[in-house]
Amino acid sequence: MGGILTLALGGYLGSASRQLNTLLIDLQTWVSTRFLGFQDFVTAPRDIASLRQRNVELEAQVSQLQAQLIDVQQRASETEILAALVDFSRSNPQSAYKAAAVIGRDPSPFLHYIIINRGSNDDIRRGMPVVTNQGLVGRIDAVIADAARVQLITDPASAINVYLQNAETSAMVFGSVTGDISLDMISQNAVVEPGDLILTSGLGGGFPSDLIIGQVVTVRTLEFALFQQATIQPAVDFSRLEIVLVITNFRPVDISPLVPPASP
Amino acid sequence: MGFAVILQSAVVSEVNLLSGHADLILLILAGWALQERVESAWHWAALACVLTGFLSSMPWVILAAGYLGVVFVARALQRRVWQAPLLAMFSVVFAGTLFMHLLSFTALQILGTPFTFSDVAGLITLPSLLLNMLFSIPVHALMRDLARWVYPFEEYE
Repeated sequence: MGGILTLALGGYLGSASRQLNTLLIDLQTWVSTRFLGFQDFVTAPRDIASLRQRNVELEAQVSQLQAQLIDVQQRASETEILAALVDFSRSNPQSAYKAAAVIGRDPSPFLHYIIINRGSNDDIRRGMPVVTNQGLVGRIDAVIADAARVQLITDPASAINVYLQNAETSAMVFGSVTGDISLDMISQNAVVEPGDLILTSGLGGGFPSDLIIGQVVTVRTLEFALFQQATIQPAVDFSRLEIVLVITNFRPVDISPLVPPASP
Repeated sequence: MGFAVILQSAVVSEVNLLSGHADLILLILAGWALQERVESAWHWAALACVLTGFLSSMPWVILAAGYLGVVFVARALQRRVWQAPLLAMFSVVFAGTLFMHLLSFTALQILGTPFTFSDVAGLITLPSLLLNMLFSIPVHALMRDLARWVYPFEEYE
């Protein structure tokens, strides 16, 4: 012992001591690494299980939040539409409106009708005009207690008397099988320009006057034709109808008894 | 059937190809009537006529003639092409769609709706036919499973 102490104090054991230290550190590193690996091996399954459970919980939470987000977006969209409709009804106080949601379309592809969730229980009657803040949509075609069917102005059987605001001339708007609307029966003397605004004239008593229908896009004038024709950009986007307004204080006038019978 | 009519009005009618869309009622009736053990196809066709006629502006006579015609063709084919049910489904849907559209076109022409045949054929009938043929495969599978569930095989000892 004394000899070893003497050798150590004399500095003769330095290299041996370093080698021993290195060996011990390597050994400890090896043992520690293996232990950590073993510990991971033993505890990992439990962590994976808890992580999976946590993942499921988070996924459920994400789904719930996404559903809430969609709901909020839907409500925001509805609120936006309703706000626009309220603005429209305030700016047109002469008419009484009843808001209705669009709940379906006619099953036949030949016809352009929508179903709304208001009916005779809400004082909706046949012939009442249906509008949005953008313009004329159509008119009530059939009514039951809690629903009504609306004939859109794009329906092939639809024909509306209109006037062109700038040209100050009358014409008729017809629907078509494609869902487009077109302007016909424009006098050859009228000067019609693209962009001219088309409004209901009120002639025939089917619609109130001054409801916006759309704008002229192109005009077709043929020398030998009786009338000019025009294509229209409708003011209303008929593919995205969600909420509409029914004008409840308008009663259509049935002028059929005044129409003279066709002569034989 | 009520749910199918609601689905047709609220969802399927919104999915347009040009101006045509699929006819879920027709597909369901065709798929159901083609099932061998089903005896109630005529009743379901009558119910479909009532419900669709209630919702649609199309004269109910046209719907009745169309849907009952589809069931008639399906029942007639079911006894002849029983070894190839999907082929029978395609045939019924093809013939039924054309028949239905021809009836609708004729009726609306008589009622004064201005249509041109080329517009109707190109923009409504052909797209509708394509969609109906596409949807006929899943609807047929669904109706087959439903028929097996409603009318299970009888086990003979």
